[in-house]
Amino acid sequence: MAPTEVTDGNVLPTVETARKLGVLPEEFEKIKEILGRDPNFTELSIFSVMWSEHCSYKNSIVWLKTLPRDSDRMLAKAGEENAGLVDIGDGLACSFKIESHNHPSALEPYQGAATGVGGINRDIFTMGARPIAQLNSLRFGNPNLPKTKWLVKGVVKGIGDYGNAFGIPTVGGEVFFDECYNTNPLVNAFSAGIVEVDKVAKATSYGVGNPVFIVGSATGKDGIHGATFASEDISDKSNEKLPAVQVGDPFMEKLLLEATLEIIATGHVIGIQDMGAAGIICSTSEMSAKGEHGMIIDLDKVPTRQANMHGWEILLSESQERMLVVVEKGKEDIINAIFDKWDLHCAQIGEVVAPGPHDTGRLHFYQHGQLIADVPAHDLVLGGGAPQYHREYREPAYYQQFKQFDSNQVPDVAADELTAVAKHLLSHPNIASKKWVYEQYDSMVGTANRSTNRPSDAALVRIRDAKHPNYKKGIAMTVDCNSRYVNADPFVGAQIAVSEAARNLTCTGAEPLAVTNNLNFGNPYVPEVYWQFVQAVKGMGAACLKFATPVTGGNVSFYNQSSDDGPVFPTPTIGMIGLVENPEHQMTLDFKAEGDLIYLVGPPQNDIASSEYLYSYRGVKQSPAPAFNLDEEYTLHQSIKQLIAQGVIASAHDVSDGGLFVALAESAMPRGLGFSISTDDNFRTDAYLFGEAQSRVLVSVKPEQQGTFQQLLGAELKTEHALLGTVTAEGFVVNGQTVLSTADAKDLYDNSLGRLMA
Amino acid sequence: MKFGVVVFPGSNCDDDTVFALQHNLGQEVIKLWHKDHDLQGCDFVILPGGFSYGDYLRSGAISRFSPIMNEVIQHAKRGGYVMGICNGFQIVCEAHLLPGVLLRNIEQKFICRNIHLKAQTNQSLLTAGLDQERAYRVPIAHAEGRYFTDADTLKKLNDQEQVLFRYCDAQGNVSEAANPNGSLENIAGICNESRNVFGLMPHPERAADEALGNTDGKLILEQVLNVLV
Repeated sequence: MAPTEVTDGNVLPTVETARKLGVLPEEFEKIKEILGRDPNFTELSIFSVMWSEHCSYKNSIVWLKTLPRDSDRMLAKAGEENAGLVDIGDGLACSFKIESHNHPSALEPYQGAATGVGGINRDIFTMGARPIAQLNSLRFGNPNLPKTKWLVKGVVKGIGDYGNAFGIPTVGGEVFFDECYNTNPLVNAFSAGIVEVDKVAKATSYGVGNPVFIVGSATGKDGIHGATFASEDISDKSNEKLPAVQVGDPFMEKLLLEATLEIIATGHVIGIQDMGAAGIICSTSEMSAKGEHGMIIDLDKVPTRQANMHGWEILLSESQERMLVVVEKGKEDIINAIFDKWDLHCAQIGEVVAPGPHDTGRLHFYQHGQLIADVPAHDLVLGGGAPQYHREYREPAYYQQFKQFDSNQVPDVAADELTAVAKHLLSHPNIASKKWVYEQYDSMVGTANRSTNRPSDAALVRIRDAKHPNYKKGIAMTVDCNSRYVNADPFVGAQIAVSEAARNLTCTGAEPLAVTNNLNFGNPYVPEVYWQFVQAVKGMGAACLKFATPVTGGNVSFYNQSSDDGPVFPTPTIGMIGLVENPEHQMTLDFKAEGDLIYLVGPPQNDIASSEYLYSYRGVKQSPAPAFNLDEEYTLHQSIKQLIAQGVIASAHDVSDGGLFVALAESAMPRGLGFSISTDDNFRTDAYLFGEAQSRVLVSVKPEQQGTFQQLLGAELKTEHALLGTVTAEGFVVNGQTVLSTADAKDLYDNSLGRLMA
Repeated sequence: MKFGVVVFPGSNCDDDTVFALQHNLGQEVIKLWHKDHDLQGCDFVILPGGFSYGDYLRSGAISRFSPIMNEVIQHAKRGGYVMGICNGFQIVCEAHLLPGVLLRNIEQKFICRNIHLKAQTNQSLLTAGLDQERAYRVPIAHAEGRYFTDADTLKKLNDQEQVLFRYCDAQGNVSEAANPNGSLENIAGICNESRNVFGLMPHPERAADEALGNTDGKLILEQVLNVLV
């Protein structure tokens, strides 16, 4: 088929049509310039999705480029492949990434969340890595609203049904509630996999004449313009976009996983990419641009779910569980046999062609024998011709107002009020156990989860496969972001998010390695929102540099904003992985035995800012981020690593949401123990017990280790620490007063969220 | 002695089961592909957990028609050992190798957590050497694990000591509160009349490795070896 006249049978679209597809007038002009003619409707649709925020990162990329992206362990840097790739030694690499499915989940929580899980896992196994574990980070509105409960139940069931059937354990995550998420919940899904370094598959395409295959589900009308949809504010008209939400099939995904890993192992795959946002057009253009070749694709050969689909519908469809594969010519039978074995439908839809004299490769799409689109691949993609904008930003008025907060205006907690505060916090949905959620996820399939029976701040997963049956190293992983802090101060809040992730890994006995981020913000065209974004990226960059954890990739989700409620809290979720070289250095968070000594490592602060106590118990919504110093934080982590390496502590748990009291409770409850501690008169009692100042870790020490512990921490590491009290058989005792019985605390902590959702 | 673990499309505990048998119990084990017609000389066939064929229809309802199942059924009828775990239990019930069905959990939710089990008889290969006073801690992970059958069958199961395991609490009390899914009389595992086919919802292969901090499941799996070796 030689390229002839390009027409899709429609009248040529106007700038007004372009606007309706989300293409700005200046972008429309640029498209004309690139093509040297007016685009037809199909071509305009192609540009509209490829240049949407979701695919092009046009409003974020200039700032994302400022993040630290390299270390000795990086095998693929941000944006180079479908997911980040980190060398863990012994010829193995960990591929990991986080991605949002916020907008679909707002409208159809079950399918929205399910397909989010499917998408992120395809990003991992498309690189040849077998996923080993998943995490997720969820944010919802006021949990007392019926709509929120519907969203929570739908999202949790969607994640569970998809992940459980797919057969990769969900080993951790976070759930946070605040009214700012009433209209826009956030659903961020994380997956990590392991691949042999020399078996990594690439998302590329080259070699003239090599066949192009589509594999997996048939292409339907679901999810068309999903990428464009994700690049708009949610409005009351959003429900009309329901067809933009895709439907997931975890069984198909499981077959695709096994077949994909088998075809990659043959060595005959040139390139492979999953089809997520923007479907066939995204995969064909990104792979072609990377390999600097073109493609001829016959859309009549694409298996479809319904007859009479338009060319642009086939190109843009976001039907799930599909892969595009470019294979060495002559090896088609080998590849076909593998797909046959797994009962997967596989069709050759085209072939690779040489680049032209004036481009690095064009995409020619035919339908019914007619050339319906002819576009240069390079101009469609991020890093190629896709636009990049510097957006205007401005400090919002609230930022200085929050800093006016004076804790002297808030009464300290009285001794007879401690029980009330303790009950409030332990039963608060942001602090209470998320058992109701995580018991709906299979956390143990794969027999790799080392944290099931040994709870720790981050999940620890062993690497276990036929080739490495006795492999010692483990991967620790966590997702963290307290968006209330980020809202109060995006620079400091984002630093805290990175620090908390690193702290969780450190308290598990892991060395932090690298970061994937999911930047959830409001409308980037609002200067105050964009200021939050810029400040958060700066803070994240500074902290990632400090911890030597480069950002390997991730996802930006703007437009988490509604006409009624405004933007959500800026929520730059940090996914971080760490390496545990020796499994005997796994540290756990639970107190082990009565009589063990309890220490706080890190300085106490007279600070209650942005704490759950101040926000929901005292009802003070405006305060700055909690006390934080990046250098102190870093030093603390090095001290904790020493304590673990030298075996002088029995448990370690970071002090975070709910402050020291909640950390004590969380360490005591797993084994049904108690504690008796004293506060320090130099500090407000509420700040000491419930303040959320950072850079503090709660540890327990066997009495016989006390001398070694104090020598190491005091004389050698010079790290501030204080003896709080002892582990007891039962009851939470503060300054001699029993605040709660362990059983009562455990009931509140374990069951409050379930009662709320009932 | 040779173990065979059947792989259906959608099985996802096949590798875990193979790993436990091979590396934690040191046994010879092979995978049996669902399209095959030969058990390759396996003495003990395990149908593993997972979501065979997606379980979009009733769990296990399609898998029972897989070609390998003809061989598995013949093997069982000849007195060969067959064990279904979780989805495998659902499949052996669908294949009528065991009586009863597994309904949706009473709370209509998937549940994954450690539970406790109490062995009910020593008159079976799987439980012969287990301590009937001990609560064994083993994980469950299923949405359809509520064992149900008619009153006559239930009576027969009890009279003939075909109930192998019941859910209990950490102290070993078989109580309503310790029943995670609403199973009839807390039933977690059963065998057939000829005592060569076993089905259980909990996953012993997930509690068979010291690296994961729980080896109670290994104690159960090891029972099989005591007799076979």
